[in-house]
Amino acid sequence: MTEPLLRVRGLTKHYGPRLGCAEVSFDLDPGEVLAVVGESGSGKSTLLSLVATELAPDSGSVGYRMRDGVTRDLAALGEAERRALLRTDWGFIRQDAALGLRMAVSAGGNVGERLMGKGDRHYGRIRGTALDWLAKVEIAPDRIDDPPSRFSGGMRQRLQIARNLVTEPRLVLMDEPTSGLDVSVQARLLDLIRGLVAELGLAVVIVTHDLAVARLLSHRILVMRAGRVIETGLTDQVLDDPAEPYTQLLVSSVLAA
Amino acid sequence: MTAPRQADPGYNFAYLDEGTKRMIRRAILKAVAIPGYQVPFASREMPMPYGWGTGGVQVTAAILGRADVLKVIDQGSDDTTNAVSIRAFFARTAGVAVTTRTADATVIQTRHRIPEAPLHAGQVLVYQVPIPEPLRFLEPRETETRQLHALAEYGLMHVKLYEDIARHGHIATTYAYPVEVAGRYVMDPSPTPKFDNPKMDDCPALQLFGAGREKRIYAVPPHTRVRSLDFEDHPFRVQRFARPCALCGAGDVYLDEVLLDDAGGRMFVCSDTDHCEGRRQAAGDAR
Repeated sequence: MTEPLLRVRGLTKHYGPRLGCAEVSFDLDPGEVLAVVGESGSGKSTLLSLVATELAPDSGSVGYRMRDGVTRDLAALGEAERRALLRTDWGFIRQDAALGLRMAVSAGGNVGERLMGKGDRHYGRIRGTALDWLAKVEIAPDRIDDPPSRFSGGMRQRLQIARNLVTEPRLVLMDEPTSGLDVSVQARLLDLIRGLVAELGLAVVIVTHDLAVARLLSHRILVMRAGRVIETGLTDQVLDDPAEPYTQLLVSSVLAA
Repeated sequence: MTAPRQADPGYNFAYLDEGTKRMIRRAILKAVAIPGYQVPFASREMPMPYGWGTGGVQVTAAILGRADVLKVIDQGSDDTTNAVSIRAFFARTAGVAVTTRTADATVIQTRHRIPEAPLHAGQVLVYQVPIPEPLRFLEPRETETRQLHALAEYGLMHVKLYEDIARHGHIATTYAYPVEVAGRYVMDPSPTPKFDNPKMDDCPALQLFGAGREKRIYAVPPHTRVRSLDFEDHPFRVQRFARPCALCGAGDVYLDEVLLDDAGGRMFVCSDTDHCEGRRQAAGDAR
């Protein structure tokens, strides 16, 4: 058995007297998709921010197996190393595309930023790669010089995906990537994400309140309530045969179309 | 050259008090030690508004000695308001000799140009800088830009150049063109035309940059590598002019467009007035 890609142990975060999340542990293997579900305020986003090292935990650790095969504690990485990891080997798809994109910079510039950050200095090649990625996320090539402020919500999310995947990361964190989009756009986006995840063998942690998204994308599921993980298991198992009363409530609350 | 004269006794030499000058000199020394790095300093109120060269004036005041010969230029010209008043300011408060000739000056304070005549060792070029942070328009947070400098994460700077090419087909930034200093820090050369960027590279004179409002000093020591950022397939190029200077005929200089009348009449003349006059004088002598 190989080492997991991501190893989260006992992550705990308090916001003053209030609990963000407590004692969350999980492993994530390469190519595995883990959904974190729960209602608003259950600590899902806090967990994701802790994993992404955007927040410092009160206790607990996040270990990541680097490309050289050595698992390192992210808190022990130097700032330069941590940032380099985040912008090449990781991706972060945010709920609000305006936070994940540079809204005043063209689509091509948005996709090319990580390449230029990595040291690419050939305009033609950067643009070529950007065009490839725009095609992969179904954005028309003639939109490459438009800024995302002129894109629809669905297109912005797809552009965010291209911007994050251009450096071929191994781990992508997604925070409610489909919320706020209408159902047909959601369906296309999910289809795209599922295709890319399978094609590139990405490991994904996806935070969502939408159980349908979890069922469609994830292999495993982690149910959170009031900052704690209350149930975990294979997605089908948890959704078809929930053990915890709260999970049963969540599953039975889904509206059938 | 106007000879030194008695300074106004109501002021300390070169206006600033000695404590302030020491504080500024410490910042300058640090800036010289770390080429291209923006050193914060306690910028003072000067008897002129921000944007008129308060940073440059403070640097000049801190380095000026009694034997120095001062030249002040504004967009290459010695006779515009900003240049004339700063020159008069130091003639009055420091009593130093002033000149318009580049070769005679030991300290040259400049707004947005580097003189055409090559600078020599021993000279100091003091730039007035409005916005010292080259990353500012892409990253508004000062905490973040400092982090980017500290980690030498300059991908963002190339995003700006990428946007230029995507929009205009070539790098359309013509002034304040970002440079990499001594292979480390990316620096804003102040709003000089990019025509002047090559002059900064391996320059025998010391180059000091003062930003009064933003309270930053940075420096390029003599003979330091200054490289303009570019792409492999879109290399850095300076602008070329179709015609030579209408007055002196120089073809290798930066030109200003001067409107002559309301009927569309215009001419292109040297932006460096001293250089132009020198050439015309030399041509007149030869005749």
